[in-house]
Amino acid sequence: MFDTLSDRLTSVLQNLRSKGKLTEADIDATAREIRVALLEADVALPVVRSFIGQVKERAKGAEVSQALNPAQQVVKIVNDELVGILGGESRRLNLAKNPPSVIMLAGLQGSGKTTLAGKLAMHLKGKGHTPLLVACDLQRPNAVTQLQVVGERAGVPVFAPEEGNGVGDPVDVARRGVDEARSAQHDIVIVDTAGRLGVDEEMMRQASDIRDAVQPDETLFVVDAMTGQDAVTTAEAFRDGVGFSGVVLTKLDGDARGGAALSVREVTGQPILYASNGEKLADFDAFHPDRMASRILGMGDMLTLIEQA
Amino acid sequence: SKSRSALGQSLLGLLGAGDLDEESWEEISDTLLVADLGAATTTEVVDRLRAELSARGVRSAEHARQVLREVLIEALHPELDRAVRALPHESDGAKQPAVVLVVGVNGTGKTTTTGKLARVLVAQRHRVLLGAADTFRAAAADQLQTWSERVGAEVVRGDEGADPASVAYDAVERGGASQVDAVLVDTAGRLHTKTGLMDELGKVKRVVDKQAQVDEVLLVLDATTGQNGLAQARVFSEVVDVTGIVLTKLDGTAKGGIVFQVQRELGVPVKLVGLGEGADDLAPFEPESFVDALLD
Ligand SMILES: Nc1nc2c(ncn2[C@@H]2O[C@H](COP(=O)(O)OP(=O)(O)OP(=O)(O)O)[C@@H](O)[C@H]2O)c(=O)[nH]1
Ligand SMILES: Nc1nc2c(ncn2[C@@H]2O[C@H](COP(=O)(O)OP(=O)(O)OP(=O)(O)O)[C@@H](O)[C@H]2O)c(=O)[nH]1
Ligand SMILES: [Mg+2]
Ligand SMILES: [Mg+2]
Repeated sequence: MFDTLSDRLTSVLQNLRSKGKLTEADIDATAREIRVALLEADVALPVVRSFIGQVKERAKGAEVSQALNPAQQVVKIVNDELVGILGGESRRLNLAKNPPSVIMLAGLQGSGKTTLAGKLAMHLKGKGHTPLLVACDLQRPNAVTQLQVVGERAGVPVFAPEEGNGVGDPVDVARRGVDEARSAQHDIVIVDTAGRLGVDEEMMRQASDIRDAVQPDETLFVVDAMTGQDAVTTAEAFRDGVGFSGVVLTKLDGDARGGAALSVREVTGQPILYASNGEKLADFDAFHPDRMASRILGMGDMLTLIEQA
Repeated sequence: SKSRSALGQSLLGLLGAGDLDEESWEEISDTLLVADLGAATTTEVVDRLRAELSARGVRSAEHARQVLREVLIEALHPELDRAVRALPHESDGAKQPAVVLVVGVNGTGKTTTTGKLARVLVAQRHRVLLGAADTFRAAAADQLQTWSERVGAEVVRGDEGADPASVAYDAVERGGASQVDAVLVDTAGRLHTKTGLMDELGKVKRVVDKQAQVDEVLLVLDATTGQNGLAQARVFSEVVDVTGIVLTKLDGTAKGGIVFQVQRELGVPVKLVGLGEGADDLAPFEPESFVDALLD
């Protein structure tokens, strides 16, 4: 097994430099290798297909440059395309003209929402904001306690009028949380919600009810970087069920290639705003499309080579 | 459903007058890829299916579907022993509680699975003690405590930040002294790439090992996990010698196909599946129904 895409491509495209141009057959062989690399990185199949189509198109017209061998050339094309899709126009968090701004978090069970709520709160506090955390997961055992602990660690107050564990109405808590923020002069409200499956209609309706109650300025879809092919189905379910304006990728501190990033981005068109890369509150960063692209392809060094060439 | 009939169409295509219809084969492999089997396993299954179809002279789409189902079930090694060893045993004439360690990466469903497993045992009139060896994550011990109350089990917990190995030790010791039937130890989620945390987990196991026999080490895998699941399984197995897999969140749209590779490489069976957040949403893993859901 080849470890990285560049190894794979190098073996497919050996001795081609002399030809000066990539032939149809070269491109097809290359496309097969890229396909496998993307699938191994967990990029969703429909996204792999359309992506390969685009890359083939670009590779056809490409002259093989003197500086790069054909493998490098193709890698460069693939990388450029990936960064293009992952990056788009990067943007900051949307904040309301009239505070408080409301940020709602949504995603599957265990994706990292509550942890992210703490990270985001601490990050925003560091920028001079006065966030309020609102505990709207009244479902999962001790989700409220967890948010309270997280808030304490972040030094940010938590609005938690209901103890949860099946007791209380999350829509009501969300609404009251925004009222509380307004009267206590918090300029940002971060609403933590229960994890839910895309197929759980009742829970998806609850999420859209929360959304309607608080009219978020930003709804962030929180997705685990280890997610496999299900990323597309789930992202579509959240897009259609709640609607989201941005994506946060979590658990990037592991060794998953993170193809889900590409899938979610390509399918929903919404930007990836942040990367969560650890359990501690400070393990949080803006999203870097270029790093993500080389990670998906497993070819850190290759890019340096190309840049030097 | 729509996908089912699409698959039926492709199966039909496979049988077209001797010549294999490449597009149909591609659709079969797509079904498997989309279920997270991974590129290599998918190729193997498809090759195997090709061989079987021609060897058996399969003529109808329905028959082809049956063969595909068989090939997949066989790839899941239905002969593996999937019993969960959570019942007490005799040692030197005295009753020893079964000891179960629950491990995995962050957020897969370890604490929930621990609670559900306790529920099953309590329903069979066993006495169960839960050890809250996640002393790291915010409110992790509270969460397990809520589960213990919900299902009627005792709980042993330490302070936040306490040494997880010593909490596990205390739980097993208390379980032995009070003659419970099973001690289930919940551990903190940790990524397999974090050597410090994996060492810590190794220590939890060693400390418990010195005191009692560990009967099961259950690795909890999230069905939404893609190809990274194999890396997780490899490393956890090296560190704590996993004896069974629990595949959670199968009530969602994810198919959990990574377990084909995991079972084959580790030789460790999937024993249980998680089908929801409730106390009763735990079931034995059955290769047949798993494959049926995958092809649906
Ligand atoms: N290694 C790592 N762990 C993370 C990261 N983000 C969250 N976690 C961990 O993942 C687990 C789940 O995180 P939570 O914040 O509870 O996830 P959630 O989405 O709120 O979960 P539910 O409320 O149950 O749906 C916890 O163990 C967190 O510590 C991350 O970026 N890296
Ligand atoms: N839908 C569904 N949700 C589940 C299942 N198992 C667990 N969950 C949910 O997944 C989330 C995480 O579960 P936990 O049991 O806290 O996971 P964990 O592995 O203990 O998490 P950490 O200790 O933070 O690593 C919770 O919201 C659970 O309710 C399942 O089988 N189906
Ligand atoms: Mg949460
Ligand atoms: Mg836990």
